[in-house]
Amino acid sequence: MTSFDWSAVSDFMPEFWDGVLITLQVLVLGSLISFTLGLVWAIAFRAPTRFVRWPVNVFTEFIRTTPLLVQLFFFYFVLPEWGIQFSALTTGTVAIGLHYSTYTAQVYRAGIEAVPKGQWEAATALSLPPHRTWMAVILPQAFRRVMPALGNYVIAMLKDTPILLAIGVLEMLNQARQFGGQSFQYTEPLTVVGVAFILIAYPASLLVRALERRLVR
Amino acid sequence: MTAGLWQNWVLPGIWITVQLLFYSAVVATAVAFAIGMARTHRSRLVRFLAGFYTEIFRGTSALVLMFWLFFVVPPLMGWQLVPMYAAVLALGLSYGAYGAEIVRGALNSVAPAQREAGVALSFTPWQRMRLILLPQAVPEMMPSFCNLLVELLKGTALVSLLGVGDVSFAAYLVRLATQDSAQIYTVSLVIYAVLAFAVTRSMKALERKTKRNIGIEPEPGLFGRVFERQAQDKVTGTTMPGGAS
Repeated sequence: MTSFDWSAVSDFMPEFWDGVLITLQVLVLGSLISFTLGLVWAIAFRAPTRFVRWPVNVFTEFIRTTPLLVQLFFFYFVLPEWGIQFSALTTGTVAIGLHYSTYTAQVYRAGIEAVPKGQWEAATALSLPPHRTWMAVILPQAFRRVMPALGNYVIAMLKDTPILLAIGVLEMLNQARQFGGQSFQYTEPLTVVGVAFILIAYPASLLVRALERRLVR
Repeated sequence: MTAGLWQNWVLPGIWITVQLLFYSAVVATAVAFAIGMARTHRSRLVRFLAGFYTEIFRGTSALVLMFWLFFVVPPLMGWQLVPMYAAVLALGLSYGAYGAEIVRGALNSVAPAQREAGVALSFTPWQRMRLILLPQAVPEMMPSFCNLLVELLKGTALVSLLGVGDVSFAAYLVRLATQDSAQIYTVSLVIYAVLAFAVTRSMKALERKTKRNIGIEPEPGLFGRVFERQAQDKVTGTTMPGGAS
């Protein structure tokens, strides 16, 4: 039985903040990738031909039902065999962005389906070209509805960033693990990281709930 | 990939993954119902404690929790968890917190008149929960539980980082042995996708069963649709509602 050693906490702080920076970097870039790629999938779900709809459906469903960890290994080990070499951080960010894009695609799909049919008909009646229909009529109305759900997935993504330690990205949890390996003190850094996740995720979820009350009525 | 690698690593890996999924699903279901029902309790204190639990375990990452149980609990408590148990506990506790939200939402969505009817018949709170609220709430929970179970299946891959020999761990070993990552990682992704498909299908079947228990005729499933189409072709072209069930 050992007690909690506060000096180990202060020793861990420099590495901890490095880890926080990497985590936030992965989170922001991963969110951007998932938001844009998800929109691409969502529009492809509504493509006029089934030769686009079906492959996109199967592909996103496959990504969504398989573990991020295995996908990470796939990108990290297989792509170099095909001659594409990225850093661990880039691979991790792209993988997490791709993984979550299949979730945001479902969110966008629901948001687009919730736009009243009359809006599509009005756009047709005004003979707007397709890109104007999407950009000026459908998407602005859909975005309002999807914002809170997207926020929830950003929080979920934050909680999945520790998986990146499997390919050696030095985010929060990996920093804690490394610190533990060097000093043989795992308790303090791991507790700090656990608390840090709650301290980031809980206010963020309150924010999303407030957003939900404001935007979805 | 040789037969030996399959037999020694990949197949036992699949079995470990299925076991992990089963055990942590049992833990998570127990936690979800206990905490979810506690969140609709009369006492403010019980509600607060249950809410606190959900926020803590939903706030932190399952992997962090797993590491914490694996590295921090042994020196603090003086005993060591087998990696498998640490994994089941971490997965069960954190996915149970997500499940608790589903249970709470479904219990709240039962029409208030149902609860009031239970009060009028002077049922005890536990009788109301068991005989009135839960049978109506459970079919509501099924689609969300189905998604959560697929998430849990994906979560089991994390245990390979603690050295439990599941599919992901087997894939790692096979990669080291064969020096060919593309093949084994494609295979293991397909294994997970097939498992997820099996999970979705069985949850859909369970959903139909729970609906039928309270007298709602569910939509026909995959096989039901096939039989329905045959019945339609053979006879007059009209279908019986619900098809062959």
